Amino acid sequence: MTDATDLSELPAGPTVQGKLSRDDIMMRGGMLVIALYLVITLAFPLYAMLSKSFSTYRFELAQYEFQMSDEDGVFDGTILNGAELNEQTGAFDELDLSAGSDGRIGVTGFFPEFSFRSPVMYQIRNTSDTGRFLVGSKLEDGTDWVTLDSNTFRRVQLRPMESTGFGNFINYFSTPALFNSIKNSLWIAVVSTIVTVTLAFWFAYALNRSCMRYKGVFRLIAMAPILVPSLLPGIALVYLFGNQGMIKELLFGASIYGPIGIVIGSVFFTFPHAFIIISTALAVSDARLYEAAASLRATRWRTFWTVTIPGARYGLISAAFVVFNLVITDFGLPKVIGGQFNVLAVDIYKQVIGQQNFEMGAVVSVVLVIPAIFAFAIDRLVQSKQVALLSARSVPYQPQPDKRTDTFSFIYCAFVGLFIIGILAVCQFAALIKFWPYDLSLSLNNYQFDRMDGGGWGSYFNSIKLGLLTAVFGTAIVFFGAYLVEKTNGFKTGRALFQMFAMLPMAIPGMVLGLAYIFFFNNPSNPLNAIYGTMAILVICSVTHFYTVSHLTAVTALKQMDREFESVSASLKQPTLKLFSRVTVPVCLPSILDISIYLFVNAMTTVSAVVFLYSPKTSLASIAVLNMDDAGDIAPAAAMGMMIFYTNAAARIIHLLVSKGVLTRTQAWRTR
Amino acid sequence: MIQETAIGQKTYLSIDKLWKAFGPFLALKDISLDISDGEFVCFLGPSGCGKTTLLRAIAGLDLQTKGTVMQDGRDVSNLPPSERDFGIVFQSYALFPNLTIEKNIAFGLENTGRSKSEIAVRVSELLELVGLPDQGAKYPAQLSGGQQQRIALARAIATNPGLLLLDEPLSALDAKVRVHLRHEIKELQRKLGVTTVMVTHDQEEALAMADRIVVMNHGVIEQVGSPTEIYREPANLFVADFIGEMNQIDSIVAEGGRLSVGEKTFACHDHKFSDGTAVVAAIRPEDIIPHEHGYTADDPNRNCIEVLLHEMEFLGSFWRCRLHNERFGGSELIADFSINAVRRLDLGVGRKMIIELPIDRLMAFDRPEAS
Repeated sequence: MTDATDLSELPAGPTVQGKLSRDDIMMRGGMLVIALYLVITLAFPLYAMLSKSFSTYRFELAQYEFQMSDEDGVFDGTILNGAELNEQTGAFDELDLSAGSDGRIGVTGFFPEFSFRSPVMYQIRNTSDTGRFLVGSKLEDGTDWVTLDSNTFRRVQLRPMESTGFGNFINYFSTPALFNSIKNSLWIAVVSTIVTVTLAFWFAYALNRSCMRYKGVFRLIAMAPILVPSLLPGIALVYLFGNQGMIKELLFGASIYGPIGIVIGSVFFTFPHAFIIISTALAVSDARLYEAAASLRATRWRTFWTVTIPGARYGLISAAFVVFNLVITDFGLPKVIGGQFNVLAVDIYKQVIGQQNFEMGAVVSVVLVIPAIFAFAIDRLVQSKQVALLSARSVPYQPQPDKRTDTFSFIYCAFVGLFIIGILAVCQFAALIKFWPYDLSLSLNNYQFDRMDGGGWGSYFNSIKLGLLTAVFGTAIVFFGAYLVEKTNGFKTGRALFQMFAMLPMAIPGMVLGLAYIFFFNNPSNPLNAIYGTMAILVICSVTHFYTVSHLTAVTALKQMDREFESVSASLKQPTLKLFSRVTVPVCLPSILDISIYLFVNAMTTVSAVVFLYSPKTSLASIAVLNMDDAGDIAPAAAMGMMIFYTNAAARIIHLLVSKGVLTRTQAWRTR
Repeated sequence: MIQETAIGQKTYLSIDKLWKAFGPFLALKDISLDISDGEFVCFLGPSGCGKTTLLRAIAGLDLQTKGTVMQDGRDVSNLPPSERDFGIVFQSYALFPNLTIEKNIAFGLENTGRSKSEIAVRVSELLELVGLPDQGAKYPAQLSGGQQQRIALARAIATNPGLLLLDEPLSALDAKVRVHLRHEIKELQRKLGVTTVMVTHDQEEALAMADRIVVMNHGVIEQVGSPTEIYREPANLFVADFIGEMNQIDSIVAEGGRLSVGEKTFACHDHKFSDGTAVVAAIRPEDIIPHEHGYTADDPNRNCIEVLLHEMEFLGSFWRCRLHNERFGGSELIADFSINAVRRLDLGVGRKMIIELPIDRLMAFDRPEAS
């Protein structure tokens, strides 16, 4: 017998159960704590949201019985059922009877001759224990008769009954105004994806495959949109093409408020994401393939389609799905420039904030999660293939100077760069103009945020506080979690579960997460209710929302560490925590700094994740942009948006300097 | 449960009926092995044979599924690595890249009740011991591979562990450095007297360094013995083939235990096979003796045959010759002849010559199942 696949050879008896060392226990404990954190801040809220989307409320009129006295207040004993009364009087039709959780209806409509001045007395009761109605603000849920005079009877309100079912979904799909948004969302996401990926591909191609000048500058410009909230390009577009736009003639009468605006803005804010992914894919291409193509005398066109595109295809697919996901889940941009063009993310906002219909908000959220999870799943699949491609021992491609290519590349990149810089410049310009288009003198009036709606300068400082707290706590939680999941011995199931939880946030749109937080944390019976409306919930929400990318960064860095460090440390009888602080953290410091700047920048710019969760005390700069724009203070909104840009740019520069400083001090070992 | 082994030394490490399953795959099957105090033992085998798994079970890094490990009279079967007593060196060195050489070596000395000055003394002592006294302030990346491995060794023995585990410590090094370092490691081990287990897939390394070699294949121990035993008296065809070169010729056991190949029968080393069994006759290339004129192929006291030398390959210190004889069932023999012999006998391609297969060097093994 050579190959052993037969476990029956194993002798009977118990298997050796390892005794856990103190470190093992600590690490497993730590992992459980962080897993618990993810369960509480992600799984539970999502579950609360899901169950909300399936809970329907309906007035069950048959559950109520009434009696009416004569003018002298004497009841003759006739019992009237609510359902029958409604049939006779037609007071409420079917639609009126399905309601939200807060729904209530009066009952005087059942009695056409009702007058609150009449001496007639009324009696009302529930036929079962589950029935509920209000007299004024007093809840009656017993089955005893309640006797009321006319004046009090008009203050009786019935409360709806909760049940579980597809009612909300049926309701959603039978309302064209709502489900049309699905089509709209998919449409703009697809168009934006095609445009962005095409633009970003040629941009990345020009930077990787030509010898043009100022590559570094273009790279910087391409990354700039990451530093601003997604709704900022919307404001710039309003200034450019809006009703009083600077160059609205260029649209030839078409309106920027709608799909055109959303697509242009989406291209702006998703461009860097697509650019990074495609650029990475192009950078790993193998020069030997190009040499082979040249030696076979393939034309440039043929080489492009047989070497370049196949090499970058995973990058292209991955970029496409990332952009698709970003656009379909974005809320800020369509809110600012969408006009009457409804998309899913804005629908959630309208249902929840505008109509207080939380159940319907939950339904739209569930609808939105489906394409988001789908796009996410495909992206993960493609990314895993890209890694396999990378492992080849390839020779990096070195572009050769070619005057025509270089000039053409430069012109193209200049156009794209101009678009990005232009959008930012328009915002800055708008912020400094006194009153567009009537008074074009420069002033800083628009920076007096304290005079506007939206929380003033306080919200700006709140944002910085949120950014810093998210960066500090987020980095600590994410890195420690990633360390534990990577380096804990055994415990396979637990680690697999943890990995899954860590990947989940990426698939959950910010709006959905925010709404789920309302359902979960705003529930009075939740002991964590206290953090609702505080900075803490904003930090938790931001950390969870941006968990996945940070986690992956940390895992990548940790995977590059020698697997045997932990073994060596254990053999030397040193606590793992010492190894973690003395070796792991210092070696991974560059990645740790990357994670913290990523969290900071995203916490500064996010709107969707926090729009449901801020309170007057914890208003944020990005929210202020939204609210000032909503209130018509577009110039101050632009000014605040640019404040976010400058802050993030400064943070980036500080990050760069700190990284450099830290690197030279602690990473001396990297140089030979 | 301390036993006396054959050589009269104390058993330091005792492995009893060890099994390891990875899912449905059995990586170790019923491994039992005693290692004496101060002994240098090599686990040798092809990749995937379970040697590293066994080492990691001894260290507690990957616990065995069944079976016990006793170390110095203590049952350590289910203890985590941190509660066992060993130092370990990996192929990758696993030096902490951001700590200087000194701090790397001192890593295990900290939190052990030693004062700072004691640690400093011990570190410089260890640096002296591994022959790198002035490198303490450097970072690992500034040293060569061989130097890094010496530092890893110094770190592993810093706390005077009772057991030193070496997991392919030399595999990542250049051939020259490897030969040099294996000598040094052996020397150091002898000086310290520390019981050592080394895993390697390099037979030459195992032969050169080990007091005893454990040859493993497919999760079982094929043979345990001293380097010369393993080489000269391989227990089976796998060991014979894995260590050194071995001519293998299908044959049948003929009358009187002789081996018949083609038209000839040969006398051979004692074996356990009964007449008529299909076996493999085996002899090492360097055991084949080239003879001058005067010997005949029919000498009843010697296994002599006439062969045609049809290919010669110069390998520096000897010639590798391919020998052919039609009466030999069409198989080819490989023989290593010394440069002297080739010159003396004036051997060349195309020569017919008489060779002898010494009776005590010709072995018979089970024929492997047809594949």
